[in-house]
Amino acid sequence: MTALLSLQAVSKRFRGLVAVDRVSFDVPEGAIFAVIGPNGAGKTTLFNLIAGATSPDGGTITFAGNRIEGMTADAVCRRGLARTFQLVRPFPGLSVEDNVIVGALQRRRDVAAAREHALTLLRRLDLFDKRSRLASTLTLPDRKRLEVARALATGPRLLLLDEVMAGLRPTETDRMVATLQALNRESGLTVVLIEHVMRAVMALASRVLVLDHGIAIAEGAPDAVVRDPAVVRSYLGQSHLEGGTS
Amino acid sequence: MIARLSGNLSPRGLIFLAALGAALLIAPFVANDYLLTVLILILYFAYTGQAWNIMMGFAGQLSLGHAIYVGLGAYVAALLFTRYGIAPWIGLLAAIPVTVACGAVIGFLAFRFGVAGVYFAILTIAFAEFARIGFDHLDIVNASAGLFLPVAQYTHNDLWRLRGNPAMFYYVILAATVLAFILSRVLMTSRIGYFWLAIREDEIAASAAGIDTFRYKMYAVMISAAVTAFAGVFYAFFYNNLFPEQVFNISRSIEIILGPIIGGVGTLFGPVLGAFVLTGLAETLNSAMLYFGIDLPGAKQVFYGVCLLLVVLALPNGVWPWLARRLGVAERSR
Amino acid sequence: MSFDVYLNVAVGGILTGLVYGLMALGLSVVFGVVRIVNFAHGEMMTIAMYLAVVLFSQFHLDPLLMLVPIAAVLFVCGYALQAGLINPFITRPEHSQFLLLVALGLIIVNSLLIVFGPDARSVQTSYAYDSFQIGPLIVDASKLYAGGAAVVLAALLFAFFRYTLTGTAIRACADNYTGAQVVGLDVKHLYALTFAIGAACVGAAGAIMTLIIDVTPMLGPTYTLLAFVIVVTGGLGSMPGALLGGLLIGLTEAFAGLLFTPSAKSMFAFGILVLVLLFRPQGLLGKRLA
Repeated sequence: MTALLSLQAVSKRFRGLVAVDRVSFDVPEGAIFAVIGPNGAGKTTLFNLIAGATSPDGGTITFAGNRIEGMTADAVCRRGLARTFQLVRPFPGLSVEDNVIVGALQRRRDVAAAREHALTLLRRLDLFDKRSRLASTLTLPDRKRLEVARALATGPRLLLLDEVMAGLRPTETDRMVATLQALNRESGLTVVLIEHVMRAVMALASRVLVLDHGIAIAEGAPDAVVRDPAVVRSYLGQSHLEGGTS
Repeated sequence: MIARLSGNLSPRGLIFLAALGAALLIAPFVANDYLLTVLILILYFAYTGQAWNIMMGFAGQLSLGHAIYVGLGAYVAALLFTRYGIAPWIGLLAAIPVTVACGAVIGFLAFRFGVAGVYFAILTIAFAEFARIGFDHLDIVNASAGLFLPVAQYTHNDLWRLRGNPAMFYYVILAATVLAFILSRVLMTSRIGYFWLAIREDEIAASAAGIDTFRYKMYAVMISAAVTAFAGVFYAFFYNNLFPEQVFNISRSIEIILGPIIGGVGTLFGPVLGAFVLTGLAETLNSAMLYFGIDLPGAKQVFYGVCLLLVVLALPNGVWPWLARRLGVAERSR
Repeated sequence: MSFDVYLNVAVGGILTGLVYGLMALGLSVVFGVVRIVNFAHGEMMTIAMYLAVVLFSQFHLDPLLMLVPIAAVLFVCGYALQAGLINPFITRPEHSQFLLLVALGLIIVNSLLIVFGPDARSVQTSYAYDSFQIGPLIVDASKLYAGGAAVVLAALLFAFFRYTLTGTAIRACADNYTGAQVVGLDVKHLYALTFAIGAACVGAAGAIMTLIIDVTPMLGPTYTLLAFVIVVTGGLGSMPGALLGGLLIGLTEAFAGLLFTPSAKSMFAFGILVLVLLFRPQGLLGKRLA
């Protein structure tokens, strides 16, 4: 079965710095795929390349059989690949409801239908009671859920989540994990997430990719990856590896 | 449809609106000529303010050269009338493509090349100034000597040629303002309106949500330009003379934005309220000065400046949101 | 037309351009540091011009001599304006700041209209009609003095920013607002100082400008726009850029006046603005904006 999202030797450099160095991986439909790595490893750049915020200097990105590298962000979204932002960007002056309606209007031309769909999603993400409040008045966890709701409203086949758990307390993290698992189970939504919160990664991901200095240094099942010596070394340093913890 | 138009207002607001509507309808029968002219001016600014609001209030693009659309609309219609005897309503059909094309050029240049915010505003000013100086040297419109429309003494109101007494013009601009209001409302609650608001709030997030921001910004500019074209036609046929120095002047552009800014950018009632407040107060000031025999050219503009200053300082969102809260007729938060 | 004519026009354009450059320097400094788009810039210059005119007509004081007091007056006004009115607007959305200054500009222009009337006023110095002859060049004395004064002042300004402690502190604020605060710089005061310097620049430019052109209240908006064209062309935030832009626009206007009609000369300035905004938005010498 061909993968839903496929990266082949994707590279990006910023002047002298190679942010992403010939990274390749496949994400099968229905999987939950996590990208982890130390800070500055190139994870967000990788996301920006997939989502169309920036274009790669080399390599190809294929989504649902079509090449998408170099496409604009809005075109990528219309193809079925939605994203959230590391620093959340809800529409502050709009209500929670209107935020999601904007997303829903991608697939539905009729405002009433879009509103209906938006409300369903808000119920799903536990934001229904706050639907009339301005997005700027929400707490951070709520804003994160709002962004997920808005992204989901665009009807994606694949969801890119950029550190969606950051800043959440453990109970909130569990809640988000449960929501994502439910979505994945029920609608077959493919999820690719950048995460630092290992609790979430271990609970969600079926497959993990580890980036370090722009290079993919490990890929596989979560348990195997976290024990991989190369991975331990990148996070904790050579001496630690020799000292041995595991 | 009434429900759709007034969906957000409380019953109190609706009654107020109805009363206002009635008052406006009977105005020509109770007001003297001077007051009627003032009302026409108010409605003219309410209309152009609405048109401008589509670009700024909804899509967040600050245009400080909107006089260019008024000027183009005015000159096209006036030219067709004086040279070929073409009625203004047909002239309008010719003026709209011209203003839309102009808006499209400005929008394309700006949006393709990433000119935004203050730079965009400066670009719009530059275009308006370009038009002002250009038309000042354009012989086909009589350059700086001005273009004059024949004002024969008509025995009756000629709506088709827009020749007649102030009352006729009053009802024309009143109808136009109401239509502009309805259009704004329809746009605001439609798919395009939502996309515009998203772009206004956060263009990058809007793009990530699948909105083709270039296309929708272009729509905003072009629709705004098209609506403003009628203001130009009205201007030409009401004042019957056009001078590039006046029509395209940056003061006209600033006058256009004063209503919405003072009333409340991005709201439905803002531009209308702003026009009433501003022009109403300005004319009161004028009358007071006349009464006391003070003749200070420029005093009205100083007044405009002070009003703008006060609003920017104290009520940055405009008078309408503040007033609406006080009166308990607030629009739903948008 | 002969080469001589072109040469003379060019020299005239360069000298005028230097004064434009000085005017634009004020705007560039303010934007580069405080990041406020001063839409009342030309209006402030008009105030300075009227001051020069009044001082000359009442007391026969040469504008070049009155340069310093006029600049000082504008300096004080600028400081008060920034510290008192504009400062809270730094964190407000762009168009809010813009409109604040548009309002101020409107008030200034029309107040001047009320006080002085719409007719042009001029300064007729004793050397107003003198000229120097250097080979094929015939240079107006007024323009030469004007250009010379502008160069001197610009050099002083550069030196201030480069070599003094305060100048360095101001540049620090421009580079990094938070960083500057963290190291203990009184940013509010420095911002006000910067605005004051910008105002002084424009005040001096205004005094000098009376030697070249007559003043009317409507000059305000015209020069605000011209200053913007110059600064955008040269590069927002770049001081050498402002001078370069000034020279370019001075030359363009001079030649446009020669080859087409004088009244259409600003059209070319706008043409340049559009081209710059499209193809090189950071200006000739500016840094690439984020």
